[in-house]
Amino acid sequence: MIRLENVCKLYNQGQHNEVRAIWELSLQLAPNQITVFRGPSGSGKSTLLALIGCLTRPTRGRIWLEGELLSNLPERFMTQVRRETFGFIFQRFNLIRGMTVLENLLVPAYPLAPPYSRLRARAMELLHQFRLADRAHNKAEWLSGGEAQRTAICRALINDPKILIADEPTANLDRQLSREFMGYLEGLQAEGKTVLISSHDPLVFERPGIARIVALCDGRLCLKEE
Amino acid sequence: MRVFLRRQRYLLEYSLASLARHPGKYVLLLLVYSLLVFLLASVLLFSQALHRETEVLLADAPEILVQRLLAGRPVPVPAAYLERLQGIRGIREPSGRLWGLFYDPIVRANYTMLVPQTPEIPAGEIQIGRGIARSRGLEVGDYLSLRNASGATQAWRVAALLDGEAELVNQDLILMNTADFRQFFGYPEGRFTDLVLRVPNEREQATIAEKIVRILPDTRPILRSELLRTYSALFSWRQGLIFLILLGVLLAFVILAWDRASGLSSEERREIGLLKALGWETSDLLRMKFWEGAVLSLSAFLLGDLLAYAHVFFFGAGLFAPVLQGWAVLYPQFHPKPFIDGFQIATLFFFTVFPYTVATIVPIWRAAIADPDEIMR
Repeated sequence: MIRLENVCKLYNQGQHNEVRAIWELSLQLAPNQITVFRGPSGSGKSTLLALIGCLTRPTRGRIWLEGELLSNLPERFMTQVRRETFGFIFQRFNLIRGMTVLENLLVPAYPLAPPYSRLRARAMELLHQFRLADRAHNKAEWLSGGEAQRTAICRALINDPKILIADEPTANLDRQLSREFMGYLEGLQAEGKTVLISSHDPLVFERPGIARIVALCDGRLCLKEE
Repeated sequence: MRVFLRRQRYLLEYSLASLARHPGKYVLLLLVYSLLVFLLASVLLFSQALHRETEVLLADAPEILVQRLLAGRPVPVPAAYLERLQGIRGIREPSGRLWGLFYDPIVRANYTMLVPQTPEIPAGEIQIGRGIARSRGLEVGDYLSLRNASGATQAWRVAALLDGEAELVNQDLILMNTADFRQFFGYPEGRFTDLVLRVPNEREQATIAEKIVRILPDTRPILRSELLRTYSALFSWRQGLIFLILLGVLLAFVILAWDRASGLSSEERREIGLLKALGWETSDLLRMKFWEGAVLSLSAFLLGDLLAYAHVFFFGAGLFAPVLQGWAVLYPQFHPKPFIDGFQIATLFFFTVFPYTVATIVPIWRAAIADPDEIMR
């Protein structure tokens, strides 16, 4: 269970160019569901995901994860929660150029330092699952859009997180790849993962597997669709 | 502990991969860094070699030299002074020494002419330094003719060339017989250039020097330790001069390193943000960058040090030798013996690796403490 209470996020606070990205937002999100945050560009979707995923702190308000208050945690503990609880799939996938698919997958696990044999076995298992085993030693920049997308999913799953966060994941994909991607996320939700997606793509929020859609306007909740 | 070590291994692996991914950025830095280490190490190694050579050369020198002064200038010492020194306890084998300087207008150089204590050189023969042999084109068996104090030409057969290992001081040296020396310079009988005394007990040397001045007030005793200190100060002064010039190079390097490290490209900043978003702590990023810097600086240190070693010990330190070792008129050919000095390596390490680490870690820290949420945009 994720709970937000009167959360505000201001950028450039107190300056002439202050931006209210999120304003007085309260929300509860159930586990083991796919939730989509929907809204036009600038409505605060990415900021909200960043706040939930411990990538930044709220300017005001509180965020709880399974009863634990996240918003007041020191940086080190916030990083620990981020590493062990969340897996991120970014808009442009953000694979590291010059590194192979396998190396990209291992990066989030380095701070946890598991034995290499176990880590590699886990990475290869994911690559097999997502039909990328033959691309393991290819450089990230040589991958097609679909392969890059699946690599990003594998990387998000390497530490076996409870919650997957995907920010505009279909923005750079064609319809076929977008459908395929959503199929993967639905499969992961069926395995017990909580999935949070930000998108303004109808192909995402019209999928039957979506449990909840949260609409955002100018950093506030403007409409709830369950 | 195992987890900690494994974590360091992973961070080191990532650092190596990162270096390999940005060859353009690091190759230039590595070259400049190696050049700096090479220059500093060359000066240090060569100066140290000079200090050692001087110590070796002066190891057999007499503990005390006695000169006679007249109006502050050295003048010949009467042989009778030797008898007056016999009475001082602690002195062994006092003897007179004959030596002088001769300007050879043909090669425009000063020769040092000396009568050795032992073995005595036969009349009409000389032993010469390799500097003289080179400049006059002489070999063993050839004759050297010079105009003496009375204007007549005096000739000697070259019996031997002096040992090349001590060429730093004997390159302009001519060793000859006592009678030949007195005849050549018109040096009066019963007089010596200076007196040499053996004082085996080091703690007595200063006291004996005081006694000499009391007994022979017109003399000046010079201790071997003073000579060593003078040479040491001279070489250290020259080394300092070079270091002062190299200080500019060091500063330029720190600026380059700072610029390279702080001028993070948007791709690198994005990578730092991404790593934080993926669960890396600020300390992981700093450690990763520390390993990156350590690999780079150790490689440059090793490369620069090895090049300097080869430069000094195998190629005669062609870049710095004229300034550091000095010369009279004839250039000595000095081939220092290779050595490794742990303290010197540590000093060089501190003055090269430490500034680089500080120059790079601060800008990385500034980039690493930022929130990773901009990666979402």
